[in-house]
Amino acid sequence: MIPAGSLLVAEGLRKTFGSTTALDDASFSVHPGEVVAVMGPSGSGKSTLLHCLAGIVRPDAGSVTYAGREITGLSDAERSALRRSDFGFVFQFGQLVPELSCVENVALPLRLGGVKRKEAERTAREWLERLEVGDTARKRPGDVSGGQGQRVAVARALVASPKVVFADEPTGALDTLNGERVMSLLTDTARRQNTAVVLVTHETRVAAYSDREIIVRDGRARDPERVA
Amino acid sequence: MSSSAVRVRVARSPRFRDPRPQRRPRYTHRVYTLSTVTLMSIGHALLGLLEAGPRHGYDLKRAFDERFGQDRPLHYGQVYSTMSRLLKNGLVEVDGVESGGGPERKRYAITDAGITDVERWLARPEKPEPYLQSTLYTKVVLALLTGRSAAELLDGQRAEHLRLMRILTDRKRSGDLADQLICDHALFHLEADLRWLELTAARLDQLASEVRA
Repeated sequence: MIPAGSLLVAEGLRKTFGSTTALDDASFSVHPGEVVAVMGPSGSGKSTLLHCLAGIVRPDAGSVTYAGREITGLSDAERSALRRSDFGFVFQFGQLVPELSCVENVALPLRLGGVKRKEAERTAREWLERLEVGDTARKRPGDVSGGQGQRVAVARALVASPKVVFADEPTGALDTLNGERVMSLLTDTARRQNTAVVLVTHETRVAAYSDREIIVRDGRARDPERVA
Repeated sequence: MSSSAVRVRVARSPRFRDPRPQRRPRYTHRVYTLSTVTLMSIGHALLGLLEAGPRHGYDLKRAFDERFGQDRPLHYGQVYSTMSRLLKNGLVEVDGVESGGGPERKRYAITDAGITDVERWLARPEKPEPYLQSTLYTKVVLALLTGRSAAELLDGQRAEHLRLMRILTDRKRSGDLADQLICDHALFHLEADLRWLELTAARLDQLASEVRA
C-alpha cells in the first residue's frame, strides 16, 4: 500500500546491469520534508535505487511516481528538466565544477533556471553564509577543504528550493566532526523548507539524522512503513 | 553490568517521544545512562570538585548535577554518605561548621591524601568492557537453535538501536557542548553494536551451520 501524502513513490523496481541484478522488486516512498535514510551493505543496490528515484537511470521494470506523475516513461530531456527544477543532489566528493568559483557553483542551478547572474550570485552568497562557508565564495573548489567543499555542494543542492534532495554518501569523504556539521546543516535546512531528503549511507551515525530508514539487501528494499 | 560499563539512558525528547508503553520508561533494555559518572566514581568526582576550593554538601551536589548529573541528579543522601566515607578515609576534612536557624552545615575541604587520590584516579585508564557474553549473541544463537528467524531478530534490534541513536542525535543538536560530548559517547557505542549486528547478519548462514552441527 502506498502511504498517503507521499511525494515520491517507487514500486516493484527492477534493474540489471549485464548479468548482475542491482534491484529486484524494490519499493520506496518519501513524504514532503521527510528525511529517509537508504541503508545496506556495499553493492546492495542503494545507489541504483537512488539513481532510479532521481530519474538518472531508467529501471527495467516498475514505476517511479513523483508528485502524482509517473516519471520512468518520460524522455531523457523531460527527466533532465525535472531534475533541474525539482531535485537537488549531493554526492560523496562534492562534484563541484572545478573551473567555477564556489559562489558560481552554488548559483549554477539558479542560472540554469533562467535567473540573472547578479541575482543568482546574491542568493548563492546568502546560501554560502547560511552553510557557514561565506568566505569560500571567490575561491575555486580546489582551494577549499573537503568539509568546506561539501557544504558548498549542500548549498548548491538547496539553493533552488528543490522538493527532493538526493544525497549519496554525503559525508563519506569527511572526518567525523565535518560529517556531523554537514548532516546537521543539510537536514535542518531541508526540514525548514519542507524539502524531502533521500539519504544513501552505510554509516549509522549519519542515518541517525533521518526520520526513518529503509534497508536494501540484495536489491530488495525493505520499507517498514510499507509493511506495517 | 559492572560500574565501568557504558551506560546510556534514553533521553526524553519532545520530537521523538516513544509512544509505546514501557514498564521502566526511563531506561532501555541495556540500562544505559547518559551520566558519564558511574556510582563508583561519585567519590572521585566530588573530590575533584573540592580541589577548586572548600564547599558545603549542598554546593557540591549542585556543582555535580550541573556538570555530570544531566538527567540523573545526585540524592542528598548519596552526597552525605559519600562525604562521610571520604572523611573516614582521610581524603576530606571538615573546614568549618555553620549553625544558623536550620540544620548544621558542614564545609568540606580536600586533604593532601585526597588530592593524591584524585590524581591517581585520573591517571588510571578505565578497563574496557569487551561484552564477550552479550545478550544479543545469546539471542541469535538461541533463535538459530530453535528454528526462529535470527535475521528478523537482528533487523528488529537494528531498528531499536537506530531509534535510540535518533533520539540521542536529536538531543545532541539541541544541547550544549556537554550534551553533545555525552551523546557522542553513547552514539559511538551504539554504532559499534550496530556494526556487530550488520556483520552477524552477513555471517548468519555460517553461524547457523556451526550452531546446528
